[in-house]
Amino acid sequence: MFRYIVRRLLQMILTFFGATFIVYALVFANQDDPLQALAGERPITASVRQALTERYHLDEPFLKQYWYYMKGLLSGDFGTSLTGRKISDMMTQAWPVTIKLALIAMVIAATVAVTAGVISGIRRGSMFDNTTLVVTLVILSLPIVVLAPLAQLIFGIKLGWFPPTAGAHPDFHALLLPALVLGSLVIATELRVTRSSVAENLRSDYVRTARAKGLSRKRVIGVHVLRNSLIPVVTLIGVDIGGLMSGAIVTEGVFNIPGVGFNLFRGIRTEDGPLVVGFVSILVIVFLVVNLLVDLLYAALDPRIRYE
Amino acid sequence: MTDIQAQIDVLPGLDPRAPLLEVTDLHVEFRTQYGISRAVNGANFMLQPGETLAILGESGCGKSVTAQAIMGILDSPPGFITKGEVKYRGIDLLKLPENERRKVRANQIAMIFQDALSALNPVFTVGYQLSELFRMHKGMSRADAKRRSIELLDQVKIPAARARIGDYPHQFSGGMRQRVMIAMALALDPEVLIADEPTTALDVTVQAQIMGLLAELQQQRNMGLILITHDMGVVADVADRISVMYAGKVVEEAPVYDIYARPAHPYAKALLESIPRLDMKGQQLNVIKGLPPALTSIPQGCAFNPRCAYARDVCRQDPPPPAYIVAPGRTARCHFWREVVGDE
Repeated sequence: MFRYIVRRLLQMILTFFGATFIVYALVFANQDDPLQALAGERPITASVRQALTERYHLDEPFLKQYWYYMKGLLSGDFGTSLTGRKISDMMTQAWPVTIKLALIAMVIAATVAVTAGVISGIRRGSMFDNTTLVVTLVILSLPIVVLAPLAQLIFGIKLGWFPPTAGAHPDFHALLLPALVLGSLVIATELRVTRSSVAENLRSDYVRTARAKGLSRKRVIGVHVLRNSLIPVVTLIGVDIGGLMSGAIVTEGVFNIPGVGFNLFRGIRTEDGPLVVGFVSILVIVFLVVNLLVDLLYAALDPRIRYE
Repeated sequence: MTDIQAQIDVLPGLDPRAPLLEVTDLHVEFRTQYGISRAVNGANFMLQPGETLAILGESGCGKSVTAQAIMGILDSPPGFITKGEVKYRGIDLLKLPENERRKVRANQIAMIFQDALSALNPVFTVGYQLSELFRMHKGMSRADAKRRSIELLDQVKIPAARARIGDYPHQFSGGMRQRVMIAMALALDPEVLIADEPTTALDVTVQAQIMGLLAELQQQRNMGLILITHDMGVVADVADRISVMYAGKVVEEAPVYDIYARPAHPYAKALLESIPRLDMKGQQLNVIKGLPPALTSIPQGCAFNPRCAYARDVCRQDPPPPAYIVAPGRTARCHFWREVVGDE
């Protein structure tokens, strides 16, 4: 077990460098004139341009820029955004908001998906099962770029149930609608996996044994079936956390939430290399750590799995 | 052995003098989208304390479904009990409300399944699955339940029971797993044990150990044992009486020696003749021609008639042969049982 974790951590280092290198290269390739992009329509004087170019090493070759960047990163310095703000400061502001958003989304999605999935799994072919099938199919087929503005229009503006945009310091209520939109990204798959997992486990031999033991239906389903059925679902929920982070780019953009996605969205538009790479690096680490945790959780949930 | 008076308190109407288990004219059908599959068509048998009844038959003849119907763990839908009685000491279990029926399971009637690996829950320890019985049925504390579980594992001769109580089913060997199943079935001292092909998934030496253990435990507790199997070798050693099932009917019921010596139903006879024997080495093995009928379309008259060497016109017409009394305690559903018995 310990050896496995160490091996995975070592693999992570490689993945991390590979990922940052690729992201850095992509941002570099995308850079046209970042200073102009930053200034917008206003003209930049030659002296300012020269000073900024030197400060951000913009005239150096790619590998050298990457080298400067990594040197800073490894000494804990994420560098400065082209706007002049320290990226570490921006992160301490943005990450809590996004983590809150993603957690709310995850809890909503998992609760709804598992509850509805278990009921559907037990009552296959029932009215409830068919209705959830149709609803989840509709949600699944709507991309988030459609779903987010649509939800904003209907629930935020027309009905006025939620604030249409979140603002600088969003509270729980302001994050609820964006979290619902974000959660709907993963709810359909989680529900379907729960349903088929429950249905499959209900037919298994150990359920027959549990019934032969004279256990109540509540206990057979609530303990024996559920514990087995949730193994694939928990794994899926873990992997979905990554999906929620990437989904946050659009959602935060639409609802004006000052989180990771919002910053990334702006960084890409303004060709702000250090900002994009910095945020993506942390995203990569989050992805890797979550995946490791999910794998470890899998072994904890299913005693048949042992890591060597 | 459970105290009879305590049992009467739990199950009103219990008659200590009535047969331990009496199945009368049991009918089970499965309603599927392809039609109605009649899995059990009038099964009859009786079981007394300390007695071993073997239910014998090919795959798909309704043996396991009968057992599940007795236990009340039939998957319903698609399975439905359409007719018949399952009486435990005079109480018709089929008429009990579900929550009372549930208490009969494991307390009075317990069951062992074929493949212990899939029949045990993979994500709980053996100790948890055993303790669960004591905790749920007897309201014992976790510590007491664990202590009782260790005793049980000792009784079924699992070495180092105390150390193994925290192991998961996949950490046991096949034979040990089946011992765990047996321990689980016997936890609450049931009076009837149904063993559904308990040794089919095991190799021959382990089979003998498990059958030996079952016989020993049965004797200690004076339990009635229903042994469902298709293995005639296993049956000969342990059974007192045999019920041969074909297409959901008991076609012959007889004491074990009688049936081996002089079967009265052509199907039982054919089954016995299809056992490979060392003294018949080099000769053609007698096999039963054809296949058992599809349960969705059981032939008119005697269900065995298309494969039977004795079949005449009367066998191909309804009504099917009744259970003729061949001798006291011995029945056969064949119009020509005299011919079959005397044909040796």
